[in-house]
Parts: sequence; structure tokens; C-alpha cells
Amino acid sequence: METTKDKIKKLTGSKAMIQALDQEMDRDDSIFVMGEDVGKYGGIFGSTTGLFDKYGGERIMDTPISETGFIGAAVGAAAEGLRPIVELMFVDFHGVVMDQIYNHIAKIPYMSGGNVKLPIVLLTAVGGGYSDAAQHSQTLYASFGHLPGLKVVAPTFPNDIKGMLIAAIRDDNPVIFMFHKTLQGLGWMDQIDASLGPVPEETYTIPLNKANVVKTGKDVTIVGVQMMTVKALEAAKELTDLGIDAEVIDLRSIKPIDKETILKSVEKTGRLVVVDEDYYSYGITAEISAIVASEGFHHLKAPVVRIATPDVPIPYSRVMEKFVIPDVKDIVDTVKNMLIV
Amino acid sequence: MDHIDIKDLLWMYRAMKKSRYFEERIEKAYLEGKQPIFNIGAGAIPGEMHLSNGQEPSAAGIIVHLTNNDTVTATHRPHHEAIAKGVDLKKMAAEIYGKKTGLSKGKGGHMHLFDPNVKFSCGGIVGAGIPHAVGAALANKKKETTDIAVAFIGEGAANSGAFHESLNLAALWNLPFILVVEDNSWGISVAQKASTSIPSNDLRASSYGIKGYLVNDNDPIEMYKVSKEAVARARKGKGPSIIEIKTYRFLGHFQGDPELYRNKEEVPSLRAKDPINRLKEYLLKEDLSTTEEIKTLENEIYTEVDSAFEFAIQSEYPKPEEALEDVFY
Ligand SMILES: Cc1ncc(C[n+]2csc(CCOP(=O)(O)OP(=O)(O)O)c2C)c(N)n1
Repeated sequence: METTKDKIKKLTGSKAMIQALDQEMDRDDSIFVMGEDVGKYGGIFGSTTGLFDKYGGERIMDTPISETGFIGAAVGAAAEGLRPIVELMFVDFHGVVMDQIYNHIAKIPYMSGGNVKLPIVLLTAVGGGYSDAAQHSQTLYASFGHLPGLKVVAPTFPNDIKGMLIAAIRDDNPVIFMFHKTLQGLGWMDQIDASLGPVPEETYTIPLNKANVVKTGKDVTIVGVQMMTVKALEAAKELTDLGIDAEVIDLRSIKPIDKETILKSVEKTGRLVVVDEDYYSYGITAEISAIVASEGFHHLKAPVVRIATPDVPIPYSRVMEKFVIPDVKDIVDTVKNMLIV
Repeated sequence: MDHIDIKDLLWMYRAMKKSRYFEERIEKAYLEGKQPIFNIGAGAIPGEMHLSNGQEPSAAGIIVHLTNNDTVTATHRPHHEAIAKGVDLKKMAAEIYGKKTGLSKGKGGHMHLFDPNVKFSCGGIVGAGIPHAVGAALANKKKETTDIAVAFIGEGAANSGAFHESLNLAALWNLPFILVVEDNSWGISVAQKASTSIPSNDLRASSYGIKGYLVNDNDPIEMYKVSKEAVARARKGKGPSIIEIKTYRFLGHFQGDPELYRNKEEVPSLRAKDPINRLKEYLLKEDLSTTEEIKTLENEIYTEVDSAFEFAIQSEYPKPEEALEDVFY
């Protein structure tokens, strides 16, 4: 008999997504995927590669650039009992279709008193760091997290990507599943270790409301999402050499947010740094700081520190982009300031 | 309307050739620092790069009829229009290199070029430029000028809500507005036939009660003629038009596109009909120019473009903290 271990393979973020979609589509005929360039191209960020060959154009549907049309159509199709998965390439492009998302997808289940279910998954790529400038580099985590009625997840590691995508597909609520371009393990982008990781071949789910402690520590809690989790882990390694033992939490789910895991960690460490690739104001760093200020204040030994992209559009030129997106050094310096007087 | 001005054709040849040579230099420069392993974020010109090689007639054929005071909005594939419109070439090159001397001090990049001196802008969101040009046309009308506004889009954008809303506005308000649709057969990997319910977008003009023109086979002369009529109508207050030109995309959607979705024979067959060569042959055949005159013109272009690149390469990068400037005045 094969052991479970034999069935764990190392996959990239993109391969983990494809495996999740494949296994779920195989299991449930009511699932179909639509979006721009998801067919033969296989998704600009490799989210559907090979699925067109396997499932054909009826279930892996290329769409025109008619976002209000096809994302709005997901509402009707879902209300009719299908389970649409809709990709819109970059999160930045959702501006053209926000009405369908925040007035309809997010509200219809509630406005109908729970009588209309919309099991829709919106897939989209987020993130900067490769000079794609102001309209192609945002994460917009908080813009979506702000809307009642929409689950927002942003996993980091391949194992979570697969398990959370399957959970999102099976969830009867609308979910926006954000994948980070740099974590897809694409051959034409920066190559980073975090984009490759062990993924069980079997089907499994990971809850959509649980953060994950990816490194335990006792001196300071660092909370990150996606690339900021990766950077927080690197920072934690450097901090170890300075004798600082940081705990790192990968938020994974932006909405609902897992307060308990964060509060429990702060109870232990007494210090909190939140790092976000999204904009500073009204963002994840503010939300988490507020949670800890109101529910964990008495555990704090130092003021909470927020590190985020300042309130400027992402500039094109590399030197300026590097300046605005938080990096390992920003985290290390912050923690040093907090702990070494 | 069929009168062809020789000076106009030479102007078009210059604009088309300049764009081609500029982009050939970009194509090479883009790969610097990306070999042997392609990494989109590496090199002197990082990020996405959408080139317009093959599509030059769409830009030159209409912009030849425009003045500095007419507005042009373009797309993520903007260089041919920017160059024809007379965007400062040095600053444009510097912007693409992310330099402080660029049009936007390095904040915009190749998809976001703004030159208010010649009323040119473009952007990375498909369809978004159409209403901007409609608004400029509205302003022209309110100010009672004869200036017009032209929006350029790819055929993929013709299926966006912005397209239909904007055209209805332009028609309803009878604005001096022209929409040029560059049908290069592809919206990234999705073929025109797979995205659009009709064969060409000039047909859509009838649903707004405006003029529709179709230019086949990337023909620069035909584009010139049709545009001349549409521009004259717009200036006279006779209302908006759609011009669709069937054009060629010689390169991938962006540089680095594996292009597995298109037939290997497509590009060579398009390149065999290179519109720049066709225009040159026409100029020579009709005795409108001479080999020497064209050679001189080409040498001027090479010098101008080369010096723009030299300027861009020699220029300084912005300081990192300049990222924080320009959010608000
Ligand atoms: C609103 C929006 N949706 C999707 C995209 C992604 N995208 C960029 S270019 C493009 C294809 C555009 O095709 P077309 O309009 O024909 O122009 P072409 O690229 O052929 O010049 C797509 C889908 C985008 N930039 N904006």
C-alpha cells in the first residue's frame, strides 16, 4: 500500500491551482470556468493550463473583454444552480465590474433573505514588484475585504492554494480567490522558493477563515499576507541571528479574518507588526491593529507597527516601486527598533 | 475627397518608419538583462511591453489629418499613435526606461504615456480611453472650436461596456469624435471571431446612427482617405464616426508571449505584406518620391530615434522617495 507521503508532490502555486480546479471539475459537472485567455492560453498566470484540452470549450470558456457581461452572467448561472468560476486576470481590472461584485454578487444572498445562493468563485492575480506600474500591480485586498457578503482569500503556499481553492469552490457563498503572481512559480517571473511546495495529491480542503502560524516565536508577532508573509519569514530568519525570536502568521483569509489566532499570538509575544503589500490607509494593517487595540490592548508591551505600501499609486520605475513596496529590511528594521533600544 | 497630398504621404511614411524603428530598438533593449532566462521584471526596461509593429497605418493614416490641438487617446499598445501625434520622443523613451527625465518622471511607464502639449494620453485598462476622448470632444464642442478627439482601441475593446456607452454619448450629443478600431485579429489569445458577434465594428455604427468606415488589409492609403473624410465631417459638426482597420500584429501580445495559440504561418504571411514597404513602393511607383529622398528621410529618423534612446539611457533614475510626490498638487 502507498503511504500518504508517497502521494505528496512538490508543486508550484500555479500547478496547485490547476490540480484543485481539475479535481473539482472532474467531481462536479456543474462547475465551469470562464474568463479572458483561460482556454488555449491556459490563463495569463497559468491558472488553467491544460484544462481546455481536458474539458473543452464548453467548460473552460474564453470570454470577450466584456467583464460586466460575464461576471454578471455568473450571478444568473449560479442562481440557476451552476457553480461558475470566473477569472479576471488582474485584480486592477475589477474597476470595470465592481457594480456586479459589490451590489450584486456580495448582496443578493443577503437581500434575498438567504433564499438565493451564489456559489461563485472569482479568481484574480494580484501583486507588484516587476514594474508593471499603477494599473497592473495592486493587491486591493482591503477594497474587497471591506464588502459585506464576499469571502476574500489570499493564500501564500501551494498547499494552501490547493486546499483553499477547493474549499472556495465547495462553499455556497461567493468567494474571491486572489493568487499572487510571484507565488505562481511562473518561469518568466522572479523565481522564489516559496512558490514551490509539497501538495498532497488527494483532494482536501483548508478552511476559509483560519490564519496559519508559519513560524512560532515569543518576542514579536509579524502578520503578513502572500508576499509579505514570505518577506516576514525571511525577516524572521535574519532576526534570529540578532537573538530575536519572531512569530510569523500567514493571514490566508482576509474576510472572514481569524482574530483568535492573531490575539493568541499577541498574548504570547506582546508585540505586533502587520505587513501589507496593499495601501496603508484603511487597509489590513489598520484592521488588525484595531482588532488588537480593542481586544488585546492589555497584552501589548509596545505600540503596534504598520508597514504597508504608502498611499501612492504603484510607480513604474524600479527604484521607486522598490521604495514603496515593503521589503525584508523594512520589517527587520522595524522589529529591531521595537526590541533593541 | 479622394485627393491625396504627396506631403501627407511622406509625413505618414516618416511617422510609420519612426515608430517601427523606435519599436525595433525597444524590442532589443527590452531583452537586455532578460537573457538567457526571461524574467519580466529584469533588465533596463522591465514590466509588460506591447509593441505595435505592423499596425502603423492605423495611427499615421488618421493622425496626419490632426493638429496639435486635436486630442488622441490610445491603449496599452500606444507607441505608434504617440509617435504620430508628436509626443516628445526623448521624454517618451526616457519614460519607458523609467528615468527622471521621462514624460511622467518614471511614474507612468510604457502603458501610461501622457503628453498634454500634444494632447496625447493612453492607459492599461481596456476600453477606458474611449470616454476620455468623448469628454475631450464634448469640451471642444462647448468651447466652439473645430478641434476633434480620436480614440484608438483594439477590436477586443469593442466588446466592453465603455465602447457602447461612449458611442451612444458621442452620437447623442453629436460630438466631434472618431473611434478607430484596430482589428489585429487577436485580443491576447482570443481570436476576433471568438470574441465578436459580427465581422467588423464599422457595422456597429448603424446602431448609434453614425458613420462607419472599414479599411481592409491594413492599407495605409485607404486609411488616409477614409480618415480624411471622417475628420472633415467631425470638424464641420457632422458628427462622430467609427473607422475599423483590419491590421496586422507582427509580434506577440506582449514581449515574451509564447503565441502557442496562433498558426506559425500567420506572421510570415503578414510580414510579406508589410505596410511600410507597401507605402514606400507606392511612393516610388507613382513617382511621388525618390529612393534618395526616402533614404534621407530614413537617415533623419534613425538619428532622431537614436538620440532619443541615447538621452534615455544617459538620464538619471528618479530618487526612490520621489515615489511619494505627485499624488496631490
Ligand atoms: C478591463 C480590462 N480587461 C482586461 C485587460 C487585459 N487585457 C489587456 S490587453 C487585452 C487584449 C486587448 O485586445 P485588443 O483590444 O484587441 O487590443 P490589442 O491587444 O490586440 O492591441 C486584455 C484582455 C485589461 N487590461 N483591462
